[in-house]
Amino acid sequence: MATVTIALPLPVLPEGWAGEKDFKSIGQLSAATDRNIEPVGPHFLAHARRKRHKRTFSEDERIQAQANVKKVEDDDEGEISEPEDPLMLQREAKDWKGQDHYAVLGISRYRWKATEEQIKKAHRKKVLKHHPDKKAAAGGTEDDQFFKCIQKATEVLLDPTKRRQFDSVDEAADVEPPSKKESQKGNFYKLWGKVFEAESRFSKVTPAPKLGNENSSKEDVEHFYNFWYNFDSWRTFEYLDEDVPDDNESRDQKRHIERKNNNARRKRKAEDNARLRKLVDDCLALDERIKKFRQAEHAQKNKRRFEKEAEQKRLAEEAAKKKEEEAKAQAEKEAAEKAAKADGKKAKEAAKNAAKKNKRVVRGAVKDANYFHSGGDAPAARIDSALNDVDHIITKIDNEELAVLTSKLNGVKDAGKIKSIFQEEVQSLVGAGKLKDGEIKSLA
Amino acid sequence: MSAESDPAQRVAIGISFGNSYSSIAYTSGEGKAEVIANEDGDRQIPSILSYVEGEELHGSQAKTQLVRNAKNTVTTFRDFLGQDFKSIDPTPCHQSAHPVPSESTVAFKVRDTEAEEESTVTVSEITTRHLKRLRQSASDYLGKDVNAAVITVPTNFSDAQKDALNKAAKEAGIEVLQFISEPVAAVLAYDARPGAQLADKIIVVADLGGTRSDIAVVASRGGIYSVLATIHDYEVSGIQLDQALMDHFAKEFLKKNKSAGDPRENDRSLAKLKLESEAVKKALSIGTTANFSVESLADGVDFTASINRTRYDLLASKHIAAFVRLVTHAVEKAQLDPLDITEIIVAGGNSHTPKVASAVANAFPETTTVLAPSTSPTAINPSELSVRGAAIQASLIQEFDLEDIEQSSHPMVTVTPHLSHAVGVLCISGEESSGIFHTIVDAETPLPVRRTAIISTPREGGDVLIKLVEGLRHIKVTKPEPKPKKEKSEDDDEDDSDEDESEEEEELREKTWKIGNVLSEAAVKGVKKGGKVEVQINITADLNVNAIFREVGGKGGVRGLLSGPKVTQNGSA
Repeated sequence: MATVTIALPLPVLPEGWAGEKDFKSIGQLSAATDRNIEPVGPHFLAHARRKRHKRTFSEDERIQAQANVKKVEDDDEGEISEPEDPLMLQREAKDWKGQDHYAVLGISRYRWKATEEQIKKAHRKKVLKHHPDKKAAAGGTEDDQFFKCIQKATEVLLDPTKRRQFDSVDEAADVEPPSKKESQKGNFYKLWGKVFEAESRFSKVTPAPKLGNENSSKEDVEHFYNFWYNFDSWRTFEYLDEDVPDDNESRDQKRHIERKNNNARRKRKAEDNARLRKLVDDCLALDERIKKFRQAEHAQKNKRRFEKEAEQKRLAEEAAKKKEEEAKAQAEKEAAEKAAKADGKKAKEAAKNAAKKNKRVVRGAVKDANYFHSGGDAPAARIDSALNDVDHIITKIDNEELAVLTSKLNGVKDAGKIKSIFQEEVQSLVGAGKLKDGEIKSLA
Repeated sequence: MSAESDPAQRVAIGISFGNSYSSIAYTSGEGKAEVIANEDGDRQIPSILSYVEGEELHGSQAKTQLVRNAKNTVTTFRDFLGQDFKSIDPTPCHQSAHPVPSESTVAFKVRDTEAEEESTVTVSEITTRHLKRLRQSASDYLGKDVNAAVITVPTNFSDAQKDALNKAAKEAGIEVLQFISEPVAAVLAYDARPGAQLADKIIVVADLGGTRSDIAVVASRGGIYSVLATIHDYEVSGIQLDQALMDHFAKEFLKKNKSAGDPRENDRSLAKLKLESEAVKKALSIGTTANFSVESLADGVDFTASINRTRYDLLASKHIAAFVRLVTHAVEKAQLDPLDITEIIVAGGNSHTPKVASAVANAFPETTTVLAPSTSPTAINPSELSVRGAAIQASLIQEFDLEDIEQSSHPMVTVTPHLSHAVGVLCISGEESSGIFHTIVDAETPLPVRRTAIISTPREGGDVLIKLVEGLRHIKVTKPEPKPKKEKSEDDDEDDSDEDESEEEEELREKTWKIGNVLSEAAVKGVKKGGKVEVQINITADLNVNAIFREVGGKGGVRGLLSGPKVTQNGSA
């Protein structure tokens, strides 16, 4: 918070004013109001920090300042030099080709992963330590061999072309492929992953795909192996070239050596390619995932076949079942029909019997009614005609009506009543148009 | 999400999620907040989702569907979040999908799939979809997967609403780092501008939104904000301004086309009228005239008309006056006087209307700065204020663990005693009656506080008396006999007659200080000629005052400790 500047002058100290240490406390602040402050903004964050850590303004400022300063220091401290091998310190500068440049600079942890920045920093540190003047000052010999090694290493590693040439033959960066036994112990992905990570430094295409783990998808795994079978490598073997004599004397000798070098390079390159191919073959052979995918595919195929077969079986079973059901239904139907037929016959007979009985009752009734003759025994002609008429009625009515008529007549003995029943019957038949009026003479 | 616990993996943005519009912003490497345009090029993205044949439309594309496909278009759903059906006001959804009750929350019935039948989509699901689209736009723009955000909410958003929003955001793959209130975000947006001076001020944030107005009075003390009063109003809103224009154009239309029906009576015509009226309103914020043109407004009759800004101001004056009344009420509610207000930030999309800013400015004295595009060329776009504030806050707390953020915004930290009276020194004279009070620490300053002041001394130097006193703000009203020198601009011709009580008298109102409690006296002796005295005051949370008085550049100095009242609140004595 900026300082408040007040332009109005302060009053002059009145005469006779006195206070202990020039300060007099007089009053107190009025009570404060509690309010919520909004948890927003940089100044609130500072407030929260102070309150949570119970710091005062000046404490907080100091701690924050310290925290900021520390950050700068940390950046510089990043790398710790590696211990120097005493044998390495004895090296002669002229044997620079045989030296491990990374080890000389103390960055063998990083190797091909070392950034230019790291190399520069490492170089500076080494120079500060091994500069010949420092050695001389410390009372040592004027031995600047290792310093020259350092300079050479830096020269190689800071030149991208030379660094690639050196990296190409940097065996210390190679990771030996694990044996079959080792990779079957369950750390296949860890061991082989390292191998391929080391190999991937030669790839022109970056980033190279990783081996992955047991959960990698089929596409990833296929992509991985395709990539490595079609590996595009920048690896060269110029670094191992034999020195070409630099005198004009023996031009033939020079050409001979150059040719030899070229051949050696080509041979090494071919060998390297073969090596890589074998490496990938080995890995592929040991890769559980490939087996898993094959099995899965197989299982998929089998499953489809099983499903098909099961489907066929099911269909066949269904057909058989259907047939059986049909046959059964047919048999049932026939049986039912037979039974129905038999029942029908019986009923018919019963009906016939009933009708016969009814007819007999009707005829009996006629007899009871004295053949509708009034008074005395009926003459033969009368009997005949009455019976004929009754038969005629019976033929005109069906079994049910006959049964009704019978029920009416049953138990009736009075001749008049019987006659009237018959007359009613005739009347109804005439009404229905089955009989002509006057056809039944005996009942008239 | 894996990034949830890992602050290093966070990509955080600011989201302002409004009823009518939402926006997204991020903070660039240089600490500048920038608002992100979505794939349609909109920085103000309508909070609207529309479904056509199972396809989801969002933003302005969805907005155009309000004419043809109103039933499957969901609008104005922010305030429904975390509420039950009883307590929501469904009026703003009148011309879109209607809200329906669903269990304990609110839902919409829309056809959001290709299937014929409608499905019920809860408001939190809608919010999730909306936030997903916002997140997608931000991720596309930044090229990084956005997974965290600071979201602004109104000051009266309840905890249940925040919870619901938090859940919906989580569903959308956004980890909510913090909810901050809209007015404070707006203040932060202004304070975080490069070159902004940190000062003690009282700010009124007047937000005239689409469906509601929110006024907040905020005290800013050394960059720490305390909200003193808030007012929310659901009657005064941008929709009202649209409605005024709609009525105007509908009448014009009827005048010109006697045979055609009233466009306000047909749903589709009404929707067209509404969309175009909103566009006209926006155009009038930029130009002085605007054209209204709708094809086939009603009964197949095309309609074009033009309107100038003055006419619009007249039409809207009733609503703008109501808005100004709200602002003055909020100031009253905070028990302050318009003279106490240092700044007014006019926020919300409708503040683009120049009349809004000028009407607010007229109601306040000239000492009050009104920050709006029409009154100040350096003003930030009022629609973007809260999202910018959110983006700045997001960049500040991005690296913090969630737990850290939670602890920091815990009431233990945020509830703070605030000074009830200003503390300052008496200048010129040591007497309470004739000395002039000068503030060092303002009232409403959260404690603890540390302030430093540099005070001039009499020309000849020598011994000076420094008297620390409490000051009571007093509004001095003088009758107009002496000619008013700095009077607030009451002579403006427009609509100020209804704001204040007795304007005819043109009284002179001034902010003065009355001297209250005397706290202490101290002497600094032997000040050099032309020297200055530095006073540093530390007030702790339990009202102890620790003061140091010394000559600038001099050594030693006087120290004094003033213990606070014996009985302090919270029993923390």
